[in-house]
Amino acid sequence: MDLYAVLFEPFVEFGFMRRALVACLALSLGCAPVGVLLVLRRMSLIGDALSHAVLPGAAIGFMVAGLSLMMMSLGGFLAGLAVAALSGLVSRVTPQREDASFAAFYLISLAVGVLIISTYGSNVDLMHVLFGTILAVDDASLLLIVSISSITLLTLAAIWRGLIVECFDPGFLRSVGGPGARLHLVFLILVVMNLVAGFHALGTLMAVGLMMLPAASARFWVGQVATLAVLSSSLALAAGYAGLLLSYHANLPSGPAIILVAGSVYVFSVIAGTRGSLLAQWLPRRHLSA
Amino acid sequence: MSVAFDLDDVTLGYQRHPAVHHLSGQFKSGSLTAVVGPNGSGKSTLLKGLMGLLRPLDGRIDRHGVRRSAIAYLPQQSDIDRSFPISVIDTVILGHWRRIGMFRRVSHALRQQAEEALISVGLQGFAQRQIGSLSAGQFQRVLFARMLLQDAPIVLLDEPFTAIDSKTTMDLIAVLRRWHAEKRTVIAVLHDHEQVRENFPETLLLAREPVAWGPTAEVLRAEHLFKARRMAESWDDRAAVCRRGFP
Repeated sequence: MDLYAVLFEPFVEFGFMRRALVACLALSLGCAPVGVLLVLRRMSLIGDALSHAVLPGAAIGFMVAGLSLMMMSLGGFLAGLAVAALSGLVSRVTPQREDASFAAFYLISLAVGVLIISTYGSNVDLMHVLFGTILAVDDASLLLIVSISSITLLTLAAIWRGLIVECFDPGFLRSVGGPGARLHLVFLILVVMNLVAGFHALGTLMAVGLMMLPAASARFWVGQVATLAVLSSSLALAAGYAGLLLSYHANLPSGPAIILVAGSVYVFSVIAGTRGSLLAQWLPRRHLSA
Repeated sequence: MSVAFDLDDVTLGYQRHPAVHHLSGQFKSGSLTAVVGPNGSGKSTLLKGLMGLLRPLDGRIDRHGVRRSAIAYLPQQSDIDRSFPISVIDTVILGHWRRIGMFRRVSHALRQQAEEALISVGLQGFAQRQIGSLSAGQFQRVLFARMLLQDAPIVLLDEPFTAIDSKTTMDLIAVLRRWHAEKRTVIAVLHDHEQVRENFPETLLLAREPVAWGPTAEVLRAEHLFKARRMAESWDDRAAVCRRGFP
C-alpha cells in the first residue's frame, strides 16, 4: 500500500471526503480559538454544558420542519443562548455560582431535548443529532459552517483585546469603564454559534471536542495567547484530517474517530509536551545559572 | 481648596449590615491620605464606595462629577489571574486604556511611555517577561507602572504594600510621593503606622465608625488607636434597624 493511497486518495476519489475535510478546516479555524479563550476563562466545562443545551432547540426545529438545516440550527442556537442567558442571570442576581447554574439549566435542557426526540422522532434521527454526520455534510451545511467560522474570526479579531483584559483582570476593565458584561455576552454567543456549527458535523455530544481538546493540548507546548490560538487551530485541523483517514480506512464512525485523534494528541501532550508535562517534570534538566 | 470626595453621613455595607457606619467628611483635592484601622473595619469597603463599585446603604458620596475612568484603583491582589499568559509590557500598556480603548492602535509613542513607566518602577529589562514568572513585589511594581500610565487625577490603593519587601515598598512610596507632588488625590489603605507617620500628611482612622480624621499626628494618638481596637467588629445576625438620625 503506497503513501498516496493512504493519505490522499480518499479525498481525491470521493466528494463527501473532500467536503468533510473542508468542514474540519472551517471548524478548526473557528472553534479552536474560542476553546483557547474558554480554557483561559476557566470555562471549559461551560462549553460542554452549552453543547448539551443545544439539543432541545435542534429537536424542536426537527419537530417543526423535519430534517431542516436552518430550523435545527436556529433552534439549537436559540436554546443554547437561552441556557447561557438564564444561567448568567441566576448567577448575577443570586449568590449561585455560574458553573452551578449552568449545570442546572443544561440538564433541564438536555432532558427536554431527549424527551422531545424520543417522543416524536425515530431513533435514527436521535443518532443524527447526538452524533452528527460529517460524511453526509451537504453544500448547505458546509456553507453554514464556513459562515460561522468567518463570523467568529472577524468578531474575535475585533474584540480580542477586550476579551483578553476581561479574562485577565476583570476588575481593572470595570474600573476604567470598559464593557465587561457585554463582552461576556458576545463571547457566549460565539461559543453557542460554534457549537451549532460543530453539531452538524460531529453531533451535539462531540461538538465541544474540537473546541476543547486542541486548546487543552496547546498549553503544554506554547505560552502566549496568540500562539495558543494558532497551535490549537493547527492541532484541530490535523486531528480532523487524521480522524477522517482513520474512519475511512478502518471503517469507523467519523465523528468519534476525529475526537479520539484529538484526544490522543491531548494525552501525548500531557505526557511529552515542553511546558509542564509529565516528562518535563520527571526528567528535569539541570538548573540554569540565573 | 477644592474637594475630591464629599461624604455625607455615608453607610456602606453588605446585606444591610454596615461595614462603614455614618461617615461624614471630605477628601480634599491633592491630599495624600492614609486609611488605617483593624481588620474588618471597613477600609476596603470605603474604597469600593468611593470608586462607585458599591452603592451606599445610606447617605451620599459626592464625586463632583468625576468619572470612574478618572480614578485609578488598585484593589487587593486576589482579583487578578497571575497565571494568565500575558507579558509585562502588555499589562502595563493597559494603563493607556483611556487612549486605546478596545479598538485603537497602540502607537510607538504610547509603547515608549510604557517602557519609561517600567523603568521608573525599577523594572528595566522586564518588558517581555510573562507575568507568571514575577515575584509578588515585581508584580506590584508592574501594577504601579500601569497606574502611572493611567495618569488619573485620583488614585485609590487598597493595601498596596502587604506582603511586599521593604526595598520595593520604599520605591513604590516614592511613586506615591511623586503623585502627591503632582497634586493628584491619593488615598491608600495601610497597616504600618510608622509608614503612615512618615509619608502621609492626612489619616482617617476607621473602626466601622470613624474614630478620627485629620492631620496624621493628631489622628494616630494612643487613645484613638486604643478606642479603634476596642470597637466591636461583630456582625449581629439579629441586629435591630439602625435608628441614628431618626427621632
